[in-house]
Amino acid sequence: MIEIENLSKAFRVAKRKNGSLLRREHETVHALTDVSFKVNSGEIVGYIGPNGAGKSTTIKIMSGILVPSSGKCQILGLTPWKSRIKHVQNIGVVFGQRTQLWWDVPVLDSFNLLKDIYKMSPTSYKRSLDELVSTLSLESLLHVPVRQLSLGQRMRCEIAAALLHEPKILFLDEPTIGLDAVSKIAVRQTIKKINQERGVTVILTTHDMSDIEALADRILLIGKGQKLYDGALDTLKAQYLKEKRIAVDFDEASDFLCPEGTTLIQKSNERALLTIDLSKTSVPVVIHQLTNQLMIKDITVENQAIEEMIVALYKEMAI
Amino acid sequence: MRLYLHYVKMGIKSQMVYKLSFFLLCIGQFFVPFFVFIGMYLLFDRFENLQGWSFTEVALLYGITHMAFALAEAFVRGFDSFPNLVKSGDFDRLLLRPVSTPLQVLGWKFEFTRIGRLLQGVLIFTWALSKIGLHWTLLKVICISGMLIGGIFIFSGLFIIFATVAFWTIEGLEIANIFTDGGRELSQYPLSIYAKSVRRFFTFVVPFAVVNVVPLSYLLEKPGYQSDLYAFMPYIGVFFIVPALFFWQFGVKHYKSTGS
Repeated sequence: MIEIENLSKAFRVAKRKNGSLLRREHETVHALTDVSFKVNSGEIVGYIGPNGAGKSTTIKIMSGILVPSSGKCQILGLTPWKSRIKHVQNIGVVFGQRTQLWWDVPVLDSFNLLKDIYKMSPTSYKRSLDELVSTLSLESLLHVPVRQLSLGQRMRCEIAAALLHEPKILFLDEPTIGLDAVSKIAVRQTIKKINQERGVTVILTTHDMSDIEALADRILLIGKGQKLYDGALDTLKAQYLKEKRIAVDFDEASDFLCPEGTTLIQKSNERALLTIDLSKTSVPVVIHQLTNQLMIKDITVENQAIEEMIVALYKEMAI
Repeated sequence: MRLYLHYVKMGIKSQMVYKLSFFLLCIGQFFVPFFVFIGMYLLFDRFENLQGWSFTEVALLYGITHMAFALAEAFVRGFDSFPNLVKSGDFDRLLLRPVSTPLQVLGWKFEFTRIGRLLQGVLIFTWALSKIGLHWTLLKVICISGMLIGGIFIFSGLFIIFATVAFWTIEGLEIANIFTDGGRELSQYPLSIYAKSVRRFFTFVVPFAVVNVVPLSYLLEKPGYQSDLYAFMPYIGVFFIVPALFFWQFGVKHYKSTGS
């Protein structure tokens, strides 16, 4: 469905020397270098990487806004920047930081205008609109001017606006940015539903790892313009989750020896916090050793936060 | 076309959200240029005529120029304030729609408050016509319509050209006003009163002359302007939009390769 081969993009950026307005030096910035990947129909792919890694550049190339310096990009058989008008019929794009709705008028008016922009027939428009209104529960929002919507409500309308013309692919650039927890969950459910019900392929960039955990079966990691990882989130977890945390509550103050392969982080009279290095030992072994020494009341095992894992990953990849 | 009308409807609706502001701006748009006209009156009151042009004759030209400028500003406002669209990055959004970019920029913004300026132009134009007592023919009607249409296209072309410059540099576009506002100020007088270099520039580079002094002379049956071909001359102004649109396409191409 999406085929990207050796995609590169370099920008020439003017570097202004101190005080000199006339003499300009140019510097070439490589935003993307030799990026290749494929996305199949119906997938949800999480596209992650630190700020400035090249995520937006890739999205812009895939949506036909930017022309790459070299490389191939075929989406549903079309090259985005060569057949822009045809290509954009197939895609929907949501930029989390920008609105595509008309600010001062009710949401429904924006939708009606989009109908004419995409030259939709009244019947297919009505069908698509009705479906989106019920899936995203927009009924009460349709007649409210966009500027009066909350960010979460607006994001739901943005997603609807991007899907109105029934595209096969949806690009979401930070769709949950700035949303509160409840709205985030609502947006995630929406994306999941759309993917399941319409079979829309979703490519999602985000900095919120819980978005990825909730949605993406597959992640693409990019750093400094290069592809670093492409595969299932679980594989990545298995590879990079090197420690777990364990909290132990016990009956009375007593001394104990830390089992091999663990480090004590915190200890009070009735509670201890340990990290377990999974390369040296395993959770059951540690628990067994602790039960032998202590009267345990409760044990909590926590995964290392996925954020921390990503930080470790970025560090390892030196990005 | 259907889409364009929908854009217009949306523009009106958006602007009507702020009704008071709309009406105040209309009133402002009426009076600001009107004071310029009063200045013109005072000038003529002192000097009686300007290189053979009487006050009413200049007023006629003034009326038409302002009508053309007002209409161009109202409907081509999207290009006039285009730098904002690039600066905010919202131009990307237009590239995501299956519609040509010029149509979308036109539809992006309208400035209907220019109805104030339009009304002012119409009033002065009608007043001047009634004073002059023109000897009407069908060709003269064609000629006057041409002055208006040609004028709208020339102003629009200028807006498009300076909008395109925003693809390269967003700063320093105030200079564009020399040509748009300056062009308006200049072309409300017959161009024949200016120095040769100015006249040449506004004939061959920005063709204000074809909607200005030439058709005006034809309308007023000035000696040397009897040929009926002059009635059609103002329509040449329409073609000014063609190089402007080519330049625009070139700018869009540049934008897509740099994204800045």
